[in-house]
Amino acid sequence: MIRFEHVVKRYGKTVILDDLSFEIAEGEFAVLIGPSGCGKTTTLKSINRLIRPEEGTVYVNGQDTAEVDPVKLRRGIGYVIQQIGLFPNMTVAENIAVVPKRLKYNKEDINRIVHELMEMVDMSYEEYAGKYPIELSGGQQQRIGVLRALAASPPIVLMDEPFGALDPMTRSTLQEEMIKLHKKLNKTFIMVTHDMDEALTLADKIIFMDQGKIIQMASPEEMLANPGSDLIRNFMGKRSAESPALTAGDFMRANIVSVYASRSLRECTALMARNNIDSLLVKNEDGTYHGIGTIANIKKYGLSSGTIGDVITTGNAVSNIGEDARECFDKLTASGDGYVVVLNDDNTIAGIVTRTSMAKAMAQALWGDVQ
Amino acid sequence: MSFWTMYGSKIFIAVWVHLFYVLVSVSIGFVVALVLGISLSQVPKYAKYILPVISVFQTIPGIVFIGMLFLIMGMQSATVITALAIYAVFPILKNTYVGLLDVDYQYIEAARGCGMSRMQSLFEVELPLAMPTIIGGLRMSTVYTVSWAVLASMIGLGGLGEFIYIGIATNNNALIVAGAIPAAIMAIILSLLIDKLKKRLEPGSRRRAVL
Repeated sequence: MIRFEHVVKRYGKTVILDDLSFEIAEGEFAVLIGPSGCGKTTTLKSINRLIRPEEGTVYVNGQDTAEVDPVKLRRGIGYVIQQIGLFPNMTVAENIAVVPKRLKYNKEDINRIVHELMEMVDMSYEEYAGKYPIELSGGQQQRIGVLRALAASPPIVLMDEPFGALDPMTRSTLQEEMIKLHKKLNKTFIMVTHDMDEALTLADKIIFMDQGKIIQMASPEEMLANPGSDLIRNFMGKRSAESPALTAGDFMRANIVSVYASRSLRECTALMARNNIDSLLVKNEDGTYHGIGTIANIKKYGLSSGTIGDVITTGNAVSNIGEDARECFDKLTASGDGYVVVLNDDNTIAGIVTRTSMAKAMAQALWGDVQ
Repeated sequence: MSFWTMYGSKIFIAVWVHLFYVLVSVSIGFVVALVLGISLSQVPKYAKYILPVISVFQTIPGIVFIGMLFLIMGMQSATVITALAIYAVFPILKNTYVGLLDVDYQYIEAARGCGMSRMQSLFEVELPLAMPTIIGGLRMSTVYTVSWAVLASMIGLGGLGEFIYIGIATNNNALIVAGAIPAAIMAIILSLLIDKLKKRLEPGSRRRAVL
C-alpha cells in the first residue's frame, strides 16, 4: 500500500530522512513515533508529497508519487493536522465537503456524506452543520478535522499529531473514536505522535524513528516486550515494567539455603542459627523440592536425633519460575506464609518470592526501574 | 437672497460629482490593487523591493500629480479619476499583500493537504481570510480619496473642492464650510458603510450577521 525505498531528505546539510525503506500494509493503523526532529513528520508529509524527498521513491498503491499530480494524489489521501486547520470562513458542513466538492460529487451525495460522517462521531447535523469552527470546542473541531479527511473516502488517512493540542480527557475520547473508525472503515491510517501511550493504544504497527532512521518497527506488544534500544525503553518509561511478560523468576531471591532431606536435625538447626533464618528448604536426593523444615516444627517434635526429612511440612505455596508474577503474588498473599517457593521446570529449587520482592516489583511498576 | 437658495442646488450637484469621482476611482484602484497585491504575495522575495518603489507615488503631492496628468490628458473626468485611482491603489495594495502573507500557515497546509491547487487555496481560503485586512485598506483609501477629490476643482472639474477654492479665493468662509462639511460627512458615511462590509466578511460572522 505504502512503500518507501531508500528515501533521503536533507535540509541544507542536515539529513532529515536517512535512506528510509519500509512498508505499511493496507488497512493497517501505523503510528510514527520518536523524539523531536527524528523525521516522523517529514516521513508523513512525504507520503502526500507536501514534502518532496531528494532521493528514493515513495510508492502509494504501487504508484511512484513523484509521477502523480500532487493535487490529485492528495485528494485520494486524507490529511489531519495538529492545528486542526478548519477553514474559519467555511461552516462545519462546508469544511467537511471541501474534498468531495473538489472531486465534483453532486450535491445530494455531499449532503448525505456530511450527514453520515457527523452521525458517526455523534454530532447532530441540525445543531452543528451550520456553525463556524470558531463556535466549536477544540475536541469538536478536531472531530470535524478528521471527518474532513475522511469525506471523500480515501483509502489512506494521514494524521500529524492530531490530538496533540487537546486536553487529556478529550484526547482519550477521540482516540477511542479513532479505533472505532479504523475498525469500521477498514482504511490505512498513518499517525504521527510523540506520545507513547497514544501509539500503544492505537497502533497495529509502531514505527520508532530517530535521526531519520527507523530504530524499530513492531506491534505494540512486541515493542513492549522487546524494546529495540535504550531510547525506546526510555520512551516506554514505566509501561515496560507493567509488561505481562514478567514472571515469578524476575522477582525471586535466588541462592536460597536448602538442604537434603537426609541431613540431621542438629546440623539443620546449626545452619539456621548461622544464617539467621527460621526455616530451610528441603530437597530430595535428586535435587527436587520436597518441603519446608521450620524451627517451630523441630521444636514441636522435640527430636534431637533424626533427619530434617522427618519434620517437614509440605503443601506450601509454590510457583513455577515461568509463572506470571501477578499469580505468584496472589499465592503469596493468600497463603499467609512468608514466601512462595519458586521451582525450575525440573522441580528443583530456583528461589523464593517474599513480600519484599513483591513490594519491589510494585515500586517498579509505579516509578519505573528501581535500581 | 439666502445662502441656501443661492448655493443649495449647486452643493447638491457638487456632492454627486464628488461621490462619482470617489466611487469610480476607488473601484478602479481596488481592482488594480487586488491584482497587484495577489501577484506580489506570490513572490514575497521581490515584493520587498517593489512595494517601496510603488509607495514613492504616494509621496508625490496630489497637486503636482494632478497638474502633470492635466498636461498629458487634458481637462476631462478621466484625468481626475486616473490620478485619484493611482492614489487609492497603495493602501489597498499594501493591506492585500500583508493580509495574504499573514494568513496562518496551518490553513494553507490544510488546503494543500485537502488537495486544493495553488489557485483554489488562494481564492477559497487565503483571500477570504485576508479579506478583513484588505477591506481595512479599502476604507483608508476611500477616506483619503474623498479629501483628494477636492483637487478636481483645481483643473476646473467641479466637486466639493470648487466651493473651498472659491471660498478661499474670495475670503468667503461660508463657502469654505459649504464644501468642507459635506466632504467630511461623505468620508464618515462611506467609512461606516465599509466597516459594515468588513464585519460581514470577517471569518465565521456570516451566520451572526443573519441572526
